Amino acid sequence: MATLLLAEHDDATLNPVTARALTAALALGAPVHVLVVGAGADAAAQAAAKLDGVAEVLLADAPLYAHRLAEPVAALIVSLAGDYDAILAPSTAVGKNVLPRVAALLDVMQVSDIIKVVAPDTFERPIYAGNAIQTVRSGEATKVITVRTASFAAAGEGNSAAVRPVAVAADPALSRFKGEDIAQSDRPELASARLIVSGGRALGSQENFHAVIEPLADALGAAVGASRAAVDAGYAPNDWQVGQTGKVVAPDLYVAVGISGAIQHLAGMKDSKVIVAINKDEDAPIFQIADFGLVGDLFQIVPELTAEIAKAKG
Amino acid sequence: MKILVPVKRVVDYNVKIRVKADGSGVELTNIKMSMNPFDEIAVEEALRLKEAGTATEVVAVSVGPAKTDETIRTALAMGADRGIWVKTEEAGIEPLAVAKLLKKIVEQEGPALVILGKQAIDDDCNQTGQMLAALLGWPQGTFASKVAPADGTVEVTREIDGGLQTVSLNLPAIVTTDLRLNEPRYASLPNIMKAKKKPIAETTPAELGVDIAPRLAVLSTTEPAGRSGGIKVASATELVDNLKKAGVL
Ligand SMILES: Cc1cc2nc3c(=O)[nH]c(=O)nc-3n(C[C@H](O)[C@H](O)[C@H](O)COP(=O)(O)OP(=O)(O)OC[C@H]3O[C@@H](n4cnc5c(N)ncnc54)[C@H](O)[C@@H]3O)c2cc1C
Ligand SMILES: Nc1ncnc2c1ncn2[C@@H]1O[C@H](COP(=O)(O)O)[C@@H](O)[C@H]1O
Repeated sequence: MATLLLAEHDDATLNPVTARALTAALALGAPVHVLVVGAGADAAAQAAAKLDGVAEVLLADAPLYAHRLAEPVAALIVSLAGDYDAILAPSTAVGKNVLPRVAALLDVMQVSDIIKVVAPDTFERPIYAGNAIQTVRSGEATKVITVRTASFAAAGEGNSAAVRPVAVAADPALSRFKGEDIAQSDRPELASARLIVSGGRALGSQENFHAVIEPLADALGAAVGASRAAVDAGYAPNDWQVGQTGKVVAPDLYVAVGISGAIQHLAGMKDSKVIVAINKDEDAPIFQIADFGLVGDLFQIVPELTAEIAKAKG
Repeated sequence: MKILVPVKRVVDYNVKIRVKADGSGVELTNIKMSMNPFDEIAVEEALRLKEAGTATEVVAVSVGPAKTDETIRTALAMGADRGIWVKTEEAGIEPLAVAKLLKKIVEQEGPALVILGKQAIDDDCNQTGQMLAALLGWPQGTFASKVAPADGTVEVTREIDGGLQTVSLNLPAIVTTDLRLNEPRYASLPNIMKAKKKPIAETTPAELGVDIAPRLAVLSTTEPAGRSGGIKVASATELVDNLKKAGVL
């Protein structure tokens, strides 16, 4: 049989987390079909067809799938499920919304947020904000799995798999899309960025966040993240939150500015390759996991650092 | 309308958990337990809808072993009207089984809205609400940062990657809470006293006719790979030198 991977995309572009989730899907050992669900999503399907190891791309293209609402997308996946013994999705907002609905409709228990494929039926996953790692075996006939993409390398590109249209499934007609408020940014995307600068409560205001954190990110060409405290206080938008209940990232470089290092925050970034912490409290827990720590006032240090990096890159 | 709020008893979020040396699980004896933080937000939202005159009754339900009633009592002290305790032998019932139990409770109680947490901070599964919606054939508004019931529908603003999305769901519906939906209240002393007299009905998976046998076998539980602290640097210049050496610039 085969493995079905739900692609993450916005119709026009394929999100790079798909290539990472593909690596997990391929580790199951069966041929992998990538499912692109959208409205006018041909470009995303073509991009998926280029990913190494993809046997086939399935394209479900219809107005019904424009915003990837859980009810119609789950119904579609269930209509295809008979051909697959595993169904995977990256642990994005879409994957986390849709896949448990699929699992329940198939009467199987989902394995959430895997960080390693030990065997086709055995997986590692974090619990308690990553303070423990469980190894679980699933005996379910269809394995339904979400993938923590920060834990898998991206598959390469060089393939040209066939794209096959699939039939639209019945519309459950339970919900309607009303609107969305998506920030446009030229910066790299947080979930797949190579470099990240994150700010915490210490920034004190949205203006300071903008004036201090963003120039450093721009000098580095980095994505911007934030602690929950910074998001709750309105200094940064909600989708910048890194942590147990926000995004989980593992960039080459993570710079934590004015962030104390609560376990819920560490859960989202402690697998980064190099961690830098800037904090005025030398006992802040963040220093226990930082490769390089700078003790001092961020309002003085960060502009200096921004200038140094601009010089180094200059 | 009636609102059902499933609340889970979990290790308090401030506790640094310890993995048992033999790999059999996490140390749970003499550990402070609390209501899952997302479920406090769910209770708060239900209470606000009642205070606004939209909801008529708020029922808290929990699935778990001895002492789970303490968590239900916390919901009652916040202001929920009554509780339902689905008593089990063990903790850690899987989301699919919890969803099946909750489906039975929904069929008995007939709520128009079920508000759950988006994620339990012990298993970090993020499944139960979506599964319950599937089993009931109801719509779902997950990761909610705003909930606005209207005539026969509820409008839910959801925290998604990249921003916010608003959907309108037919009632009855499932909502799961995100952190910024509201700030839960503390139970006042008089309300804690009052809560002692509020009823908690008890039932069991057997009475509800649900098989809760686990579907996943947990082979081992281990400590994550450790990460040790590095060095302190004295200046931005020294930091940039080190980052160059580490090959990340
Ligand atoms: C259910 C639940 C889920 C959660 N999920 C998340 C999550 O996903 N992500 C997350 O981040 N948090 C999460 N939290 C919150 C977490 O527990 C912490 O409250 C939060 O991470 C703290 O944010 P912070 O480090 O910015 O703020 P603080 O803890 O207040 O730290 C601010 C730091 O800034 C330093 N500082 C102050 N002024 C300066 C200055 N001028 N220069 C340099 N340093 C300075 C201080 O020394 C301090 O260390 C969650 C909590 C709960 C209960
Ligand atoms: N044993 C339980 N009893 C009551 N509610 C639960 C239980 N387990 C999970 N839930 C609900 O489901 C939500 C998500 O849990 P989970 O899917 O385990 O992450 C929680 O926030 C609760 O609202």
